[in-house]
Amino acid sequence: MSVNSFRILNNKGIEQLLERNVDRRTAALTMAGALAAGAGLAATSANPFASSESREKARLNWDAYFQGNFRLMTEEEKTETVRRLERLHQLQNTDRIRVTALDAVPGVLYGYAFNISKCRGYMDCVRACIAENNQDRRSAMQYIRVHEMEHGQISFEHADDAYFHEVPAAGHFYVGTQCFHCQNPPCTQVCPVQATWMEPDGIVVVDYNWCIGCRYCMAACPYDARRFNWADPVVPEAELNRNQHYLGNRLRQKGVVEKCTFCIQRSRAGGNPACVEACPTGARIFGNLLDPDSEIRWVLRNKKVFRLKEDLGAEPKFWYFTD
Amino acid sequence: MSATSRVVPAIDERKRSALTGFLRDSLAEVTSGSAAYHAWMGLLTFLMLAGAFAYSVQLRQGMGVTGMHDHVSWGFYISNFTFLVGLAAAAVILVMPTYVLKDHDFKQAVLIGEAMAVAALLMAISFVVVDLGGPARLWHLIPGLGIFNFPSSLLAWDILVLNGYLALNLAAPFYILYSHYQGREPRPAVYIPAVFLSILWAVSVHLVTAFLYAGLPARPYWNTALMGPRFLATAFAAGPALMILILAAIRANTPFPVAQATLDKLAMVVTVAGQICLVMLGSELFTEFYRQTEHGRGARYLFFGLDGHNLLVPWIWMSVAMVVLATAILTIHPLRRSPPWLYSACVLLFVGILVEKGLGTIIPGFVPEPWGRIDEYLPTWVELVVGLGIWAMGAFVFTVLAKAAIPIELGKRRRAGMLLSPGKEVG
Repeated sequence: MSVNSFRILNNKGIEQLLERNVDRRTAALTMAGALAAGAGLAATSANPFASSESREKARLNWDAYFQGNFRLMTEEEKTETVRRLERLHQLQNTDRIRVTALDAVPGVLYGYAFNISKCRGYMDCVRACIAENNQDRRSAMQYIRVHEMEHGQISFEHADDAYFHEVPAAGHFYVGTQCFHCQNPPCTQVCPVQATWMEPDGIVVVDYNWCIGCRYCMAACPYDARRFNWADPVVPEAELNRNQHYLGNRLRQKGVVEKCTFCIQRSRAGGNPACVEACPTGARIFGNLLDPDSEIRWVLRNKKVFRLKEDLGAEPKFWYFTD
Repeated sequence: MSATSRVVPAIDERKRSALTGFLRDSLAEVTSGSAAYHAWMGLLTFLMLAGAFAYSVQLRQGMGVTGMHDHVSWGFYISNFTFLVGLAAAAVILVMPTYVLKDHDFKQAVLIGEAMAVAALLMAISFVVVDLGGPARLWHLIPGLGIFNFPSSLLAWDILVLNGYLALNLAAPFYILYSHYQGREPRPAVYIPAVFLSILWAVSVHLVTAFLYAGLPARPYWNTALMGPRFLATAFAAGPALMILILAAIRANTPFPVAQATLDKLAMVVTVAGQICLVMLGSELFTEFYRQTEHGRGARYLFFGLDGHNLLVPWIWMSVAMVVLATAILTIHPLRRSPPWLYSACVLLFVGILVEKGLGTIIPGFVPEPWGRIDEYLPTWVELVVGLGIWAMGAFVFTVLAKAAIPIELGKRRRAGMLLSPGKEVG
């Protein structure tokens, strides 16, 4: 990343680092360690010459640094946390965002099915996912991979997930992978600080404020579902999705892991994930596994479904089938 | 250093100031020395500062300045960590015969071994910390303040065993040295339990670190029961090999007596461990290559390259050649007993295992990634300089500990007013 392109992005984009305007200061302070950083920010908040806005920002960042694990928060703490995120965004940008902390709905367990016969490799799902979930544009982060396979074998080894030609290519078919939201997830088991867990509705989430960035979960995932922020993620201001969920598409920081959340900001509000909605061929089916009348249950009942790497015992809630 | 002519204090005052005296004398010892000593410490300081600069670049710009990416998400740092845990645990090789089997050949060397363990542990812990995306959030690990995911996460286990082992390796030598400093023999009832604990602990440090990787079915290259035992074997080869070189250097440069029998016995340990390493390597290669399955692709990438990707191939064969050659030299008795051959074999073995643990253990777990794509990895200058800085820190810590310990063990440094060894003066 050159300094120049960094500046360009800085001018027209929203850097997802919360303390954008104290960048250099924060960097220096981080080196001095956590306590020194905290003390530094406190000093800013007590500085009589700082504007009231910058003092407020420093105070909010200070609070954010010491906030606890989201899963253990009370409802009041959750509300306070998302209000803080909204206010911080407002303080450093002209616009507003809306962050919710909507809990799982009782009696819901999300599942997903992928119709291999229908997918034609258009990658509309990938584009919709990036737009919906505010993924870093600089590194072109993607949660979904679409693997182009030759007829005759289902082999990821010989598949191409970086094709650049007109689709569907003759003699080929397409298989999408993403986080399978395993019911027995190996990734959450290994996290040393429980920054990632499975919600009651089966969605595997990450608390981006609690993750220490050790990347053990990435090593443990057999499905390449997790992504790391190797630098400050950037989303152009015009492309920012302002409808956000704390555990979903809210802005991330550098040094933390993120992943597909079945678009928690949409699914918990009763909608479909962006990939499902964007798919022009109807290859993607999403719904409540506990509702016998849901479409996903119809697929599981009437199609010959299978899952990938079932031998590993992770129990993915993501099935494949053909027409 | 100039002799300190202190007035002998009153008895109770002396008691009170024994600890401060110990610390003050140790500080005086490590801040004085020959020009070569100062040049050595200066060089290490320079390297540490260079490492700190490189780390500041990483903190500012993010982990993207390393060669790692989403498909090889652990690299040079975690590789070094893995190797150093082995080095730390190898101190047990000296501790066990001395205290448990009452073999006095190792007694002189044991403090040096424990200093090496402390230095290796500090390096290992540093390598994990520099690998974190959010080092300022480390407090999330502290039970009570944060969440310590024990016993579910093997990383939580590793944090426990590493810090516990560090505490043990600091406490036991401190007690022994402090006793000697005060001119009395350490009481076995105090330190022997700690010694037994640290022996069990050393093995657990190894196994837990191996289980960190072996417990991941997502990575077939790591998911093998041989992972833990192979860790032990390579550590018990590389650790004592370095120990031999360090003891030889200490014997050549200081008046500290190192019995030839100590080196001979260590050489025997290295020889047997080297042979076991080769047996395990053969066993691993057979399993991976007799029937080539998809699970063997990591090993194929490492040893022969995959689809034209072969960054690690020359390194791993160099490593295998070094370990084979070193073990062969050590196995032939006349060669092992000749110092130049012994030292060369130790260098070969140490470097060979460093490369094997450094590149050959972690990286092939990630290449190819879970869906078979091959994204290779090479460390960047930032990783190399940060790593160099951490190794310099380890060497610095070891030098300080050894420099402070040696005069006490020689009887040259004693608490003011104590009887000195005959003919020795307060240095």
